[in-house]
Amino acid sequence: MHLLRFIGGRLVKGVLVLIAIATLNFFLIRAAPGDPATVMAGEAGAADAEFLRQLREQFGLDLPLHEQLWIYLTDILTLDLGFSYRQGRPVIDLIADRLPATLLLTGAAFVFSLALGVVLGILAARRAGKWSDSAITTGALFFYAMPLFWIALMSQIIFSLWLGWLPNVGFETIGAGYTGLRRALDIGAHLILPATTLGLFFTALYARMMRASMLEIAGADFVKTARAKGVHEGRIVRRHIARNAILPVVTLAGLQAGQIVGGAVLTETVFGWPGIGRLMFEALAQRDYQVLLGVFFISSAMVVLFNLITDVVYRIADPRIEVGR
Amino acid sequence: MSETSTTKRNLARAFATTAVALLMAVGTVGHVSQAQAQASQPTSGGTIQLAVTPEPPGLMLGLMQNGPTQMIAGNIYESLLRYDTDLNPQPSLAESWEVSDDELTYTFKLRENVKWHDGEDFDADDVIFSLDVFLREVHPRWRPTVTNQVESIEKTGEHEVKITLKQPFDPLLLSFEVGTTPMIPQHIYEGTDYRANPMNATPIGTGPMKFVEWSRGSYVHLQRNEDYYLEGKPYIDEVYYRFIPDAASRAVAYETGTVDVLTGGSVEIFDVPRLADLPNTCVTTDGWEMFAPHAWVALNVREGVLADKTFRQGLMHAIDREFARDVVWSGYGTIATGPISSRTRFYSDDVPQFPFDPDRARELIEESSYDGETLEFLVLPYGETWTRWAEATRQNLEDVGVKVDLVTTDVAGWTERVGNFNFEMTHNFLYQYGDPALGVARSYVSSNIVEGNPFSNVTGYSNEEVDRLFAEAANAPAEEREALYQEVQELLVDELPVLWMVEMDFPTVYRCDLKDFITTAIGVNDAFRDAWLEQ
Repeated sequence: MHLLRFIGGRLVKGVLVLIAIATLNFFLIRAAPGDPATVMAGEAGAADAEFLRQLREQFGLDLPLHEQLWIYLTDILTLDLGFSYRQGRPVIDLIADRLPATLLLTGAAFVFSLALGVVLGILAARRAGKWSDSAITTGALFFYAMPLFWIALMSQIIFSLWLGWLPNVGFETIGAGYTGLRRALDIGAHLILPATTLGLFFTALYARMMRASMLEIAGADFVKTARAKGVHEGRIVRRHIARNAILPVVTLAGLQAGQIVGGAVLTETVFGWPGIGRLMFEALAQRDYQVLLGVFFISSAMVVLFNLITDVVYRIADPRIEVGR
Repeated sequence: MSETSTTKRNLARAFATTAVALLMAVGTVGHVSQAQAQASQPTSGGTIQLAVTPEPPGLMLGLMQNGPTQMIAGNIYESLLRYDTDLNPQPSLAESWEVSDDELTYTFKLRENVKWHDGEDFDADDVIFSLDVFLREVHPRWRPTVTNQVESIEKTGEHEVKITLKQPFDPLLLSFEVGTTPMIPQHIYEGTDYRANPMNATPIGTGPMKFVEWSRGSYVHLQRNEDYYLEGKPYIDEVYYRFIPDAASRAVAYETGTVDVLTGGSVEIFDVPRLADLPNTCVTTDGWEMFAPHAWVALNVREGVLADKTFRQGLMHAIDREFARDVVWSGYGTIATGPISSRTRFYSDDVPQFPFDPDRARELIEESSYDGETLEFLVLPYGETWTRWAEATRQNLEDVGVKVDLVTTDVAGWTERVGNFNFEMTHNFLYQYGDPALGVARSYVSSNIVEGNPFSNVTGYSNEEVDRLFAEAANAPAEEREALYQEVQELLVDELPVLWMVEMDFPTVYRCDLKDFITTAIGVNDAFRDAWLEQ
């Protein structure tokens, strides 16, 4: 009951936060110079006042700002994210189109980085000071420090251009007409480079955090007690140390999970992956307000949701934690 | 997700670009370059994938004129004429045309047996609807022509259309390029709200390629029009236009064989020499004659030191254009000498010359009203090459004692600032559209000092004599125009409302076994009528 009341309260707060964020986003976006009509005029290479007037009227930009805000807020309260006049389609469709590719990429990167990061962190902590620990921590530092897109480009050159093992851009082989398992394998081959590139940064973070946390807890009294009781070493690591050490990793994983729907601008750009990150970035450059606000809204809703889930997962990972209100 | 800061990214990007170039150089040693094949008979079949950037907002060519839309939709739609690389009109939907002796009536005989992609017949009513109704309302380049020059557009037969002008307008015959006047299906658009018409998502034209599918963020798929009116054409079965946002990834995609064509503007100019050395790779700068992009430094000549002609002449002597062309643009392009591109009609080099001469520049600047103030140079946000060029320009100007601050912004910000005259200096490049009346006059005549878009006369330059000459030249009988344009070129080059820099090239990189690919003045935009793949 306690947990349900907690979740209910947090959901109400979450909705208020979302409305505040939506309003703030609305004004922030309009603070940027230019509007969708100027961008389209710029792209056309020629324009006259009539062309701009027609576009602004069609986009609803000729209305006073407060009316535009009111229309926007009433729309999102009815879960209508609006219409992209630039692309001629409802925003929800544009986002839905990109969602599968986004979830596949960020989800794969999430699982990959969490699993590998935790395992590497445990391994490094168990072998602290030995060469394998140094190898893992150095590797983690390297991928943590390297700019994402540089790794992305280098991986393309090595695995696509030199070795010819993996495709360098896109979601699948275009025009091949694969179906069923053949198509799944093809998409998988396209997924490997972007998911790994995107995952490596978080792998490095998880590994470092897990290692540090493991070492800290390994010296705790209850571990010494367990060891004194003669508990098997493997069981100590699994049940006593790792389970306690994983809490900070869960916090971080919650942050990463909150961004799953938001996509990954850089990775998607370099690998030509048709995800939401690119949709958002391009909408920003084009001042496609409705699309940008739509992506912001969905991503902020996800962050709110995943924060809540993280708090609940804490409770499961460590029953000692009282879920705070 | 884990995105690093912008500065860090930019630094790293510069480094990565260098690294990529080095790695590529290593990887390509030993290949034989440019297998030139002999001319042979066209064969049918094949799939072509092209990299186009950025992804266009839509494909309805009547409503959108940006570059990528034209590159794709120019193969779906058609206009009355096409143009060879010397800008001579060629038959397209009009099989022949006649101009009356008084240059006031143009009669177009339309091709018969042409069908829209949905099976409806194309006839004179579609032409009238397109030119007189649809495009008159929405097209920013056709609207001024039809409003100011055209008296009437009439149907004189099921397949014949007569255009009557108010006064002679020689450039009219250059207006029937597919991007300027695409033929729009009357049965789909008449009486609808054009911009909201759901058929905009599945464009219907008469062209050699039919629209199949648009996978947003990935590609547009076009397919051979089986019912095309030219026997045997088109030859290529499937065409995919792919959207890969990162320039380095596009280059790798070409090298790995994922794409067959890097269209002009989708390949960074500094990558071109390297790619040109790959096997089965052709590079051409043809196919841009209609546009003849002309790059300059726009100056806000309304007030301050930039209003001083002597100072502007000093700036012109100070900028090393040969260096810019040879280094910044990797040798691509031609040095511009004035407002009209040497690639179009009425170009004259019999004008005052401003060679790179820092000493002369210092003299002129000394003589001018320049007082040591810092000028702001707005960097054109169209990719790395423009940033480098802005940096080189600042270096040139500081060498002769003019202080310059570089200011950066994004495309929307740049468009807004330049369009609203809120700038001092910036790069810009404009299309010439084959005739000074269509693409040149707009940047210099005072009637076009209109706020809101960066392709009007943003410098604020105003000169009655220039206005008069451009107006007269537009409507003069064909043989009198040259003298008027000669006069206006001499005048403008002395006055320097902008500093002309380079006639730009946008090289297209493609596989050499793609034949008859770039044959017209708009190149890739209408390439797939004639292109074929050597099997």
